[in-house]
Parts: sequence; C-alpha cells; structure tokens
Amino acid sequence: MDATRQQADFDALIASDGRVEPRDWMPEGYRKTLIRQIAQHAHSEIIGMQPEGNWITRAPSLRRKAILLAKVQDEAGHGLYLYSAAETLGMSREEMLDLLHAGRQRYSSIFNYPTPTWADVAAIGWLVDGAAITNQVPLTRCSYGPYARAMIRICKEESFHQRQGFESLLQLSNGTPEQHEMAQDAVNRWWWPSLMMFGPPDDDSPNSAQSTAWGIKRFSNDELRQRFVDICVPQAETLGLTLPDPDLVWNAERGHYDYGVIDWTEFQQVLKGNGPCNRQRIAVRRQAHSDGAWVREAAAAYAAKKQAAAVTEAA
Amino acid sequence: MSTPPTPLWEVFVRPARGTNHVHVGSLHAADATLALQNARDLYTRRNEGVSIWVVRSVDITASSPEEKDSFFEPSADKPYRHPTFYTIPEGVEHL
Amino acid sequence: MTSSAPANAEVAAYAIRLGDDALILSHRLSEWSAHAPQIEEDIALSNIALDLLGQARTLLTYGGSYSGRSEDDLAYLREERQFTNLQLTEIENGNFAVTMIRQLLFSCYQHELYRDLESSRDAQLAAIAAKAVKEVAYHVEHASTWIIRLGDGTELSHDRAQAALETVWPYSHEMFADDELARRIADLGVGPLPSGLRPAWLGSVQDVLTEATLTLPDDDWKPTGGRKGLHTEGFGYLLAEMQHLHRSHPGAQW
Repeated sequence: MDATRQQADFDALIASDGRVEPRDWMPEGYRKTLIRQIAQHAHSEIIGMQPEGNWITRAPSLRRKAILLAKVQDEAGHGLYLYSAAETLGMSREEMLDLLHAGRQRYSSIFNYPTPTWADVAAIGWLVDGAAITNQVPLTRCSYGPYARAMIRICKEESFHQRQGFESLLQLSNGTPEQHEMAQDAVNRWWWPSLMMFGPPDDDSPNSAQSTAWGIKRFSNDELRQRFVDICVPQAETLGLTLPDPDLVWNAERGHYDYGVIDWTEFQQVLKGNGPCNRQRIAVRRQAHSDGAWVREAAAAYAAKKQAAAVTEAA
Repeated sequence: MSTPPTPLWEVFVRPARGTNHVHVGSLHAADATLALQNARDLYTRRNEGVSIWVVRSVDITASSPEEKDSFFEPSADKPYRHPTFYTIPEGVEHL
Repeated sequence: MTSSAPANAEVAAYAIRLGDDALILSHRLSEWSAHAPQIEEDIALSNIALDLLGQARTLLTYGGSYSGRSEDDLAYLREERQFTNLQLTEIENGNFAVTMIRQLLFSCYQHELYRDLESSRDAQLAAIAAKAVKEVAYHVEHASTWIIRLGDGTELSHDRAQAALETVWPYSHEMFADDELARRIADLGVGPLPSGLRPAWLGSVQDVLTEATLTLPDDDWKPTGGRKGLHTEGFGYLLAEMQHLHRSHPGAQW
C-alpha cells in the first residue's frame, strides 16, 4: 500500500466524518498533535485535583465534603481515561508522567492559580468546569475514536460537577454578608483566567487550522469563548454576582455579549511557568511519584515472584 | 527519575445480565488482582451486578481487514502501536 | 427515608461512637488525595473515604436526632473531649504501609461488627449495617491485597510493612475493650460485645499477615481512651483543620 493511497484513505475518512482508530494509518503530525493534546488534557485532570483537593479536609459541611471528595475522585478517573486514550497512539503512561514531571508536557494553566478560600472551589465548579464542558462537548465528535469515546464518558460526569459548583456559589451568594463577599471575591479572581482557558485569539493560533482540518478541533477558540460568555452572563444574574468586566454588554446586532480585552501577558507568564502555583503543582506530583516508588516496586516484585512460581509449578 | 513500567490491561465490562462484555478502556496494574480492583473502582464505581474482565494488552491478538499500515505484520498482531509491545535494541534514541 | 430517633440515650451514644470512628478515619484517608503512590490508588482510597463518610453521616444523623443535633453539629461543634472514636482511627497516615495496616485492622473489625449488627434489635442500626457490610468487605479485600504485596514484595517494602504493623498494632486493642456503654448495648441486644468480636477478627487478620510473611507483634502496650474522649495529641490538629471554616461562620448554611 503506497503512501499516497494511505493519505488519500485517511483524508476520505476525515472528510466523511468517520473515526480514526488506533490501527489505522495516520499522518505523523496527526498522531503527534493528538498525543500532545490528549496527554495535556490528562495531566490537567490530575493536576486539577490539587486546587480543589486543597479544601477537602476543611469542607464546612459533611455533605460538601462528600461532594468534593467525589468530584476530585472523578477527576483522577478522567485522567486515567485520557491516559488510556493517549496510550493507544504509542506513548506509554510512564513516558507521559516523566515528561510532565520534567516540565516538558503541559497541563491547562488554569490550575496554576491558588484556591485561598472555600468559595474558590465553588467558582471553579461554575466557571472552570463550565469552560471545560464548553471545550469538551465538541471533542465528543473528535475524529480520533478513543479520544472521542473518553470524552463522552467524561462529559456525562462533568455536568454534575458544574451543577454542584453553581449550587454552592448560589448558597454562598445568598448566605451571610461574609459568604457573599467570599463568593464575589472568588468570581473576581477566576473570571478572566477562565476566559483564557479557551486559548489565544484565533489570529494568534497557528496550529488551529491544521487541527480543524484533521477533525480534532471542531470550533475555534474565539467561537467557544463567546459561547461560554453568553452562557455565563445570565447565570451570573441568577447567582446575584457580578462579573469583573465593565465592558460586558449585550450587542443586539451581533446577538452576543461584547466583552473586554483579555490581558494575554498574564497568560504568557503563567504558561512560561511563572504563575502563582506552577512550581508547587509539579512539586506535589513529583513528590507523590517518588514517595510511591517503593510501593509500585513491591507490587511488581510480588507479581514477578508469583509468575516465577507458576512457571515452576507448571514445569 | 524514570519509572519502571507497570503492565497495561484492557478492561471489558458487562453492565447487566443479558448483555455483552464491552471494551471500556485500559489501566495499569502489577497483576490481575490489582487490575480487577482498579477496574471496578475506575469503570464501574463498584455498581453491583456488573461483570468485569481484565486482559493483559500483550495477550490480545488483533487483526482488522481494513488496516492499511504497512508497519504492521498482517497476522497475529497487536491492538495498539504501543512501544512496550516491541523489543527495541539498546542504544536506539527517541523511542 | 424517614426514621425514628434512637430509643434511648445509650443507643444514641452508641450510634455516635460508631459514626465518630467512620468520620475520623474517613478524614485521615481523604488526606491522601493527590498524594497516593499511583493514580489508581487515589481513586481506591477516595472510595473507601467516601464509603466511611456515608456511614458516618447516617450514624451521626441517627445518633444526633436523640438530642436534636445534626450530623454537622456533631462533626463541627464538638470539642476534642466529646469525640468518642477509637484512637486507631485518628493516628496519622504515615507511609502507605501504615495506612494499609490501619485499614486492614479496622476494616476486619468493622466487618465483624456490621455482620453482627445486621441482626440488631434496633432497626435503623440493622439497616445501616446491612448496607455497610458490603462496602467494608471491599475495604478488607483492598487492604489485604496491598498488605500481601508489601509484606511479600521487596525487602524494603517488607521492612516498612513490619514497622507499620509494630506502629499500629497497639491501637487495635481498644476495638475490643468492653466498657459500660458496650455492655449495656449488648444487654439490650442492640450490638455485639466488643471482646466477642476479637477471635474471628484475629483469625482473619492473621491469615493475611501470614500470607504477607509478617510477624504478629507483642501485645505489650495497649493505648486506650478514645471511647472516653481522651485522644492523641495529633487529634487536636485534625479537629482544628476540619472545624475551622465551619466555626468561623456561626449559623451559616453551605
């Protein structure tokens, strides 16, 4: 089978909105782009456990504690589904973790912000999970089969998380003056970083065109960002909280909300590693990984012993 | 610090009596007992009445008539293009 | 599910005691989040923590209803000397071996306890036990699986597992100490006498430890006091962390 024919078959598969499966021929660029994107997504879930997990032991009611424990556990599970999808493309989980710990594979920079108050957990549920869902629903139709299927599974669980966050924020906003202030303060800090989750403006996104052509990306960064803003504005009204953007206003002509200019220099700094929590987030993973080495080695040693014993018995 | 590899397992779940086992994904575990426990936690959240199979990925033989990738031998093949399925000679970089 | 309050103060105190055990151990386990040896274990430990938290909530709600106190009133507004959990549940997580040994010893006890409680004269406790016994069977399985691998894994893991056993074992005795409340509860047919649970518990535990090539420690030191509200020094720090936010906003809803 020659290269032109393989490329033509791949192109036809993409054009017909079919699914590429692990054993199909694929352009090297497609494979590499997907590995990078899926790994980044997986790492994000695992790192994302930290800012929220920060409040598990201090949750102010047993019900909230249970909800938060379950949510963080789901995030670990989502990470595993995604590592599983990425591994079908030829990179092992061990390799991906090594790259994460070495700072050579990324995760969503939203998780480099701290959660100094309880209300931050609620704000993350509403805004960060909301943005993630806006990003993720189109990915359920991504051209790569294993990734699309992982996303379907994840989206089912994620909507529950967002609703919990919204409900918690609503409770705080309608609670005591201190709780209301805590909620407003958290929203003030998480709004702009959530908008940045959708990535740079379309004009500054050199890889977008190729990802779109490959069926990995279904909508542009700006399209998704606009969708998110339009959803959040009425929700903020329900919450009784204001969004920290004086330029946020309904544009009847466009049929969308206009919003203010994003300060991308902050985003660049956080991407570079100079956000508030970058070093801490990675340090925690490195520590957990090295602290756990003796446990993983014990399991491997035991398995080897049992296999050797089985071989001897069979002989 | 690099990590020693833990075996990869494929997970199949039968969600209810009368249905088939369906492939739901993969996970890493040192042995079958741990694989089964992990699969239960990850893919079923321990719902009752669910049956789980775990199989080492290396033990799966795959073939597909639609495959066109010449990198693979046509018979007795592997489900993924996974590096640990293949023995790489020492000294080869970036693999 | 509507339920009646406990028949008397003793049954209420008993339910709270069991609830405290589950609450505090759940809290300790939740401290592992994002720090476990592998991601699969983060999920497993959270599962156990969630199961125990669920047990705690039903037990505390039930026990607290006798005196008009909610689960949160009990969890967040009592002081150190008012908690009646076993000291075993509050000891620090230590390394993974300590956590797994603690889990094995406690879950084997809970298994015997809940199996007996399924036939309690108190309908509510019987119902709680019927659900919990299935969860706890899984906890026992999980802890056993790990103890066997740590004990019979590498030389390092074996040494750490044995050291963990030496550390945790002394706290196991309190589980089987009969105090006045325990005797009353047994007389009422509401719950088992703790000392009666020990032989079966020891059998199960020994089977696992033997397979793990671990040696049973001596029964010299037997710390106690949890049931009377006398806790370890670390317990105050645990409560401070757990209760601080709730106490900072008196009367607030979350």
